[in-house]
Amino acid sequence: MAIIAASPRGKAGSGRRVGWKRSRQILGLLYAMPTMIYVAVFFVLPVCLVFLMSSSSWSLLTGSKAINFPDNYSNVSAGALFWPAVWFTIEYTVLVTFFLVGLGLGLALLVQEGSRWIGALRTSFLLPSALGLATASLLYWGLYSGSIGPLNGVLDAINSTGIRAGLIDPANQVTFLGSGTTALLSTTFLIVWKFSGFYMLILLVGLQAIPHDIYEAASIDGASRWQTFRSITLPLLRRSLALSLILCITGSLLAFDQFYVLTHGGPDNTTVTVVQLIYREAFIRQNLGTAAALSIVLLVALLALNAIQFRGIRAAGDD
Amino acid sequence: MRNPFRLSALATVALVAVVGCGSSSTPAPVSSGSAGAGVDDGTHITMWSRAATQVRAQALVDAYNASHKNKVDMTVVPTDDYQTKVGSAAAANGLPDLFSADVVFMPNWTSAGLFQDITARIKSLPYADKITQAHIVASTWEGKEYGLPFVADLSVWMYNKKLFTQAGLDPNKPPTTLAEFAADARAVAKLGNGIHGTFFGGNCGGCEVFTWWPIAWADGEKVMSDDGKTSMLNSDENKAIYATMKSLVDDGTVMMPDSKTEAGPTWTSFFGKGIIGIQPMPASLQGLANSALADADIGVTPIAGVKGGQSTFVGGDSIGLSKNAKNVEQAWNFLAWLEGDDAQINVVAKGGNVVSRTDLANNQYTAADPRVLTMNQIAAKGQTPFALRFGQTYNDSQGPWLILLRDAVFGDPSKIDADNAAVNTSLQSQ
Repeated sequence: MAIIAASPRGKAGSGRRVGWKRSRQILGLLYAMPTMIYVAVFFVLPVCLVFLMSSSSWSLLTGSKAINFPDNYSNVSAGALFWPAVWFTIEYTVLVTFFLVGLGLGLALLVQEGSRWIGALRTSFLLPSALGLATASLLYWGLYSGSIGPLNGVLDAINSTGIRAGLIDPANQVTFLGSGTTALLSTTFLIVWKFSGFYMLILLVGLQAIPHDIYEAASIDGASRWQTFRSITLPLLRRSLALSLILCITGSLLAFDQFYVLTHGGPDNTTVTVVQLIYREAFIRQNLGTAAALSIVLLVALLALNAIQFRGIRAAGDD
Repeated sequence: MRNPFRLSALATVALVAVVGCGSSSTPAPVSSGSAGAGVDDGTHITMWSRAATQVRAQALVDAYNASHKNKVDMTVVPTDDYQTKVGSAAAANGLPDLFSADVVFMPNWTSAGLFQDITARIKSLPYADKITQAHIVASTWEGKEYGLPFVADLSVWMYNKKLFTQAGLDPNKPPTTLAEFAADARAVAKLGNGIHGTFFGGNCGGCEVFTWWPIAWADGEKVMSDDGKTSMLNSDENKAIYATMKSLVDDGTVMMPDSKTEAGPTWTSFFGKGIIGIQPMPASLQGLANSALADADIGVTPIAGVKGGQSTFVGGDSIGLSKNAKNVEQAWNFLAWLEGDDAQINVVAKGGNVVSRTDLANNQYTAADPRVLTMNQIAAKGQTPFALRFGQTYNDSQGPWLILLRDAVFGDPSKIDADNAAVNTSLQSQ
């Protein structure tokens, strides 16, 4: 009853509260609007377009002809290069992630303590990250080239010695980009050279966020360096490591520039990545429909992978 | 929680596929244009060309700009990206007034309506029937002509006279069959000390289209059906050519491992260093002007067949008015000048290059250098292959032709027939 008796004032108060709540909601919506527009224009709309394209017979030169869903999707895995490209991309991702995160952590540990030359070291490790990937790839293409590369003399010496010793077949001499294995390793070297400083930076920030007190306590307790690293540094660096892994894996699965410049997918189609397949389908075979279907498949794969990784991070954070 | 990394990754993937997507293309104007020499009124004409022919294209553009009120603003696009750029621009109706094309891509682009019909304009030129017909044929679709030769490029055998002499060969007696080519290369290879018999781009499909197919043509054989739908690259003739090349690889006459890994960008550079005895090359002395090789040491001879004969690949770039051209009359003024005596003699021939007119093959510059005359005269015996799916079949790094040639020369020749079936599949794809 009291509530009923108070209802005229209550109604007025409730009305004010509703009005205030609504105006807060509108204000919130206005604040969020720029981001919503950005996401809609630069993400949702392109994805919708790509999906439409992937469901159509869409030529690069003559445009869309008709909806043909799901033909483009069934064509994706039917291509002879699809599964080799998937496996190669995974192989490359594992290799690059192992070296990049490992070396990044090593460099971060090396430069975490302040001393006279640390600034110069940090700068020199980070410097290659400032180069564009295509530029760096072109630089390495020049270095690896048999025609203009300065490293060719080293290879000639290795080949001559190997041939004399009967270890190298003259028809299959070692070259930086001449076989699937050396092309993969040469490209991995470029990527590790270019990006290890960047991952060093991410992990350095994580390292410097670990309180010194913990290390002092461990030292007083007589912990060895390895025990300190395993039981303090690694667990407290977990979030930075997880971030590095996500960036590295996602970036490697989308690898294109470095292989486009260095190998063009060769020799003998041994270094074709999934994104190269998308490019080839779109711009060489002029079939935007199948290229878009490939893009959607890759998008779904990346979404699933990132979801798993984020779940892992959250689970680790809850521990 | 919103994940910025995921968003950026997703956006990247999406954008990869979206690049090049635009409104559907509109059909090319059907008018075949008016006759005459166009208009020279100081207009800036936009033009795209590919980097592979930049030196010669730039010389032509510079000469036109210096002698006309109109100015051609040429954008040079990296060769590997040219197909992509043109395709993307065509889809978005953003092509320039003029753009050139590797002549082998012309059927693909004319059939898709990227160029304007200029049949009447070409016919109005007083020297129309003297223009290199291989380019005109490649630029013709359903009876209408869409392009003219821009930079004519032929393939010839070039040999190092100095190395020939050192190897005991007569520098004035170049090979006239493929067997003689192989024998001369082997003789030079015996010199050793960093000297090699021959070189080819073994990881470059386009290079071997340009330099090996004329060997078959010289014998009167074919590499493809006339409609460009059926490959004959597994014929006995072609297998004999691969076998010769393989024997040169196996006995160390070919420069290895560079030849096996050469993907195209530097395939002509080794000859210019003076370390190769004989190799197929583009017919341009201008391209070797700044090399280590003395001009007097460069010998030029037509590509010969297994049995003899002579032929060449009539390649290079064609050029036409784009479907989106805004300055049609001014752009035609450039094209008409391009095929005229002034451009062909005072720019093209003067630079030691092949002219695009048969009636100008013998000119004041060829008189001074018989090698240029050899180049000009061989054009009449050459061919330009025609296929709608040329790029994806023969130029693509992942294409079936490159697999075939590498199996034939570096790998297992028993796969040639199966590889040829893959070439047919590509040629016949929609």
